[in-house]
Amino acid sequence: MLDRMHILICGGTECKESNSLELRDKFNSEINKLALGDDVKTILTGCFGLCALGPHVVVYPGETLYSGVKVEDVPQIVEQHIKNGKPVERLLYKGEFNRNKFRNRSELTFFARQKRIALRNCGVIDPLNINEYIARQGYEALGKVLTKMTPEEVIDEMKKSGLRGRGGGGFPTGLKWEFARKSVSEQKFVICNADEGDPGAFMDRAVLEGDPHSVLEAMAICGYAIGADTGYIYIRAEYPVAVARLEEAIQQAKDLGVLGDNLFGSDFSFNIELRLGAGAFVCGEETALIASIEGERGMPRKKPPFPAVKGLFGKPTNVNNVETFANIPVIFLKGADWFKSIGTEKSSGTKVFALGGKIANTGLLEIPMGTTLREVIYEIGGGIPNKREFKAVQTGGPSGGCITKESLDTPIDFDNLIGLGSMMGSGGMIIMDEDNCMVDVARFYLEFTVDESCGKCTPCREGTKRMLDILNRICAGQGTLEDLDVLESLGNMIKDSSLCGLGQTAPNPVLSTLKHFRDEYLAHVVDKVCPAGVCSHLTNYVITDACIGCTKCARNCPVGAIEGTVKGKHTIDPSICVKCGACKTACPVNAISTDPEDWKVA
Amino acid sequence: MGAKVNITDEKVDELYAVMEKYKQEPGPLMPTLHAAQRIFGCIPLPVQKIIANELDVSIARINGVVTFYGHFSVEPKGENIVSVCLGTACYVKGSQGILDAFSHDLKVEVGETSEDGLFTLEATRCIGACGLAPVFTVNDEVYANGSVQMVKKVIQTLKK
Repeated sequence: MLDRMHILICGGTECKESNSLELRDKFNSEINKLALGDDVKTILTGCFGLCALGPHVVVYPGETLYSGVKVEDVPQIVEQHIKNGKPVERLLYKGEFNRNKFRNRSELTFFARQKRIALRNCGVIDPLNINEYIARQGYEALGKVLTKMTPEEVIDEMKKSGLRGRGGGGFPTGLKWEFARKSVSEQKFVICNADEGDPGAFMDRAVLEGDPHSVLEAMAICGYAIGADTGYIYIRAEYPVAVARLEEAIQQAKDLGVLGDNLFGSDFSFNIELRLGAGAFVCGEETALIASIEGERGMPRKKPPFPAVKGLFGKPTNVNNVETFANIPVIFLKGADWFKSIGTEKSSGTKVFALGGKIANTGLLEIPMGTTLREVIYEIGGGIPNKREFKAVQTGGPSGGCITKESLDTPIDFDNLIGLGSMMGSGGMIIMDEDNCMVDVARFYLEFTVDESCGKCTPCREGTKRMLDILNRICAGQGTLEDLDVLESLGNMIKDSSLCGLGQTAPNPVLSTLKHFRDEYLAHVVDKVCPAGVCSHLTNYVITDACIGCTKCARNCPVGAIEGTVKGKHTIDPSICVKCGACKTACPVNAISTDPEDWKVA
Repeated sequence: MGAKVNITDEKVDELYAVMEKYKQEPGPLMPTLHAAQRIFGCIPLPVQKIIANELDVSIARINGVVTFYGHFSVEPKGENIVSVCLGTACYVKGSQGILDAFSHDLKVEVGETSEDGLFTLEATRCIGACGLAPVFTVNDEVYANGSVQMVKKVIQTLKK
C-alpha cells in the first residue's frame, strides 16, 4: 500500500544529539493515536545539512521544512498538518525570509544553490533500508558495469569523467585505478578511507550515515575495475552512528546478493569489511592507514612503491576516500560527459564543504566546482552573524591556509585554492571574524599537527615543535622580529623535507597567516598587543562609557571580577579577570572592549 | 590515579574468545586492541602481555601500538569523563575557555584524572558537531552551544 504522507526526520549525528530519535517515537505514537498509521510513514534520514537549527523535519508532499522541532511540538504537527493538511506556521523554517511564506525545502537559497551528487540521498532516504537506495537507482550502476562493461572500459570512463580525489590530494581517480589494474597479482584490495580527521570537516560522516550503500556500490565497481575481491573501510572509532549504519548496510547488501559471490550472475565476487581507526590523524595518509590495518603504528611509508604496486599486506591496493566513492555510481548512471559538464575544466563535478565557525548557516553543502567563496559564504552560508566583520576563511584544515576578503571572488577548485596558498583538503571551511586572532589560529593548527605528528621523520617531528615554541612565545608577549623570519625559513624547510603529506603541509597555516596578516604578528611582537583580544597575556578587558549598567556582565563573570551598581558604569578588576570573554559575549551594547586605545582611558 | 583497573577472569575469558575469532583474519591486532579497550576500559601491561602471548608478537610491539593511538589508554579513566571539543569550529567559538574553566573548577590537568577518581578531563578532536559549537561531552552526552557559565552547573549536577 502506498503511503499518503511521509515524515522525514533528520537522523544525522547533530540532530540526533538534539533528540531526533525521541521525535520519531513521538511522531509514531501520535500518528497511531489518530489511527493514521496506515498511510503515513516516518523515516529517519541522514543529515539535511542545515545543522545549526536542528532537529529538522520535512513533510511530503509539499516538502514542508520545520526546524528546531521539540517533542512537545509533535502533537500539533500531527493534528494540524498530517491530519488536516494545514502546516504549522510557527515551526516553519524561517532562517531566510522573516515572512512565513516560505515552506518548500528546495526553494531555500541554502539548497537551491547547491548541486547534490555525493549527497544526493542524504536527508532523502532511510539509510537503513536498502530498498529505498535501490528505488533511487541504487546498485544499477554496479549491474551495468558488471554486465555491459569490461574493466578497461570502466577505467576509461572514470578517466574521462575527470573525477579527482576528494580526500585532499586531488589526484585523478581514473589514473589511480589504472595503476592498480596494471599491477599483476593474485590478490588486490580496495580501501575506503573514512578516517576523516580534519577538525571541522564532517562530510564523510554525513555520507556514511545518510547513504552508506553508495559507498559500498562504488567500492564494488572499483574492485571489478582493478581486479580486487576484498574491500576494507577504515573508519574513525569516533563515529559510532556511521559504524553501526555501515555494518547494517553491509549485511543488507550481502543478504540481497549485491555484495558477496558471483554478483549479478557474473564471476565477479566482492566482500567488504570494516576496520576501526583509533584516533590518529596521520592514518588519513594512505600508507599510514595501510600500516594501521596491518596492526602497526600508523606511520607513513616511503613512496614509491605506491600502494597501487605494494599496498595492504604487500598486495596492490587502491585507496579512495568516502566522498570520492559516493560520486562514482552516478558517473556510471549518467555518463562521464554529464559529470564533466559540471564544475570547471580541471576540476569536474561538485565538492562538499562543511561550513563552520562564524557563519549564519553552519552545516553541510555541496556546490559545483567553480562557485566563488563569496557565493558560498554570503549567499549559501548567510553571511557573518552578530554584525561582525569577516576576516578570513580557512580551508584545508591543518594542511591549508587562510584566504582573505580580497580573494573572495576566486572560483573554488583544486588548483585555485593551492594558488591562494591554501588547499581544498577534505572540505572543511571555517569562517573567522574580527574577534579571531590569526596568530592564535595558526598556533592552534600547529598544536594539532605537533600532537598528531607520528614522529617518524625529523623535519616534521622536531621542526613543527620548534615552530610551536616560537608561536607560544609570541602569544605570550615574548616574541621578537627575528622570530618571524625563523618561522618562515623553518616552515619552508619542513615543507620541502618531510616524508608525508602531513609534514609537507603542516606549516601552511603559519605561512599563510604570516603572509596575509603580518600586521597582527607585528602587533604581537612589537606593540605587545593582541588586536583581537584573544591572547590573554596581550590583552585587557575594559568597560567603556557605552555601559548602561544592566549588570549582565557582572552576573556572567565566572570569577567575580566585575563591580558596579545598577544603571551605573561597571568596572573590571584586572587582577582578578581571567580574560575568558564571557562579559563581552553577554554585553547587549558592546561596551566591553579589548581595543588598546580604550585601555588607557580606563 | 584514583580509578583502578579490574581484571577479572570473566573479562579475560571474553578477551580470549574475541582473539580466537580475530586470529583467523589478517591484521588481527587493531580489532583485538579495540576489544580490549572496550572490555577493560584501558589496556594496562598485564592485558598487553595476554595479547602478546596469544597473537605471538612481542610485548614491545604491542606497547608501541597501544601508546601510538589516542583511542587506547594504559591507565584507567575516572567515573565521569568530561571531553571538551577543540576542533576548529569549536575553538574559534571559544572552547579553550570552557576547557580552562573545567580544569580550574575540577582542579585537574587536561588528560588527567582527579584525585578522587571522579573525573577525567580530556581535550578531544572534532566530534563533527560543528553546527552546535562550542560543544563538550560528559560521559558521551553532548552539551551544545557550551559556555563558561555552564561549567559550574554541569559539575554541580555530576557531583550529586
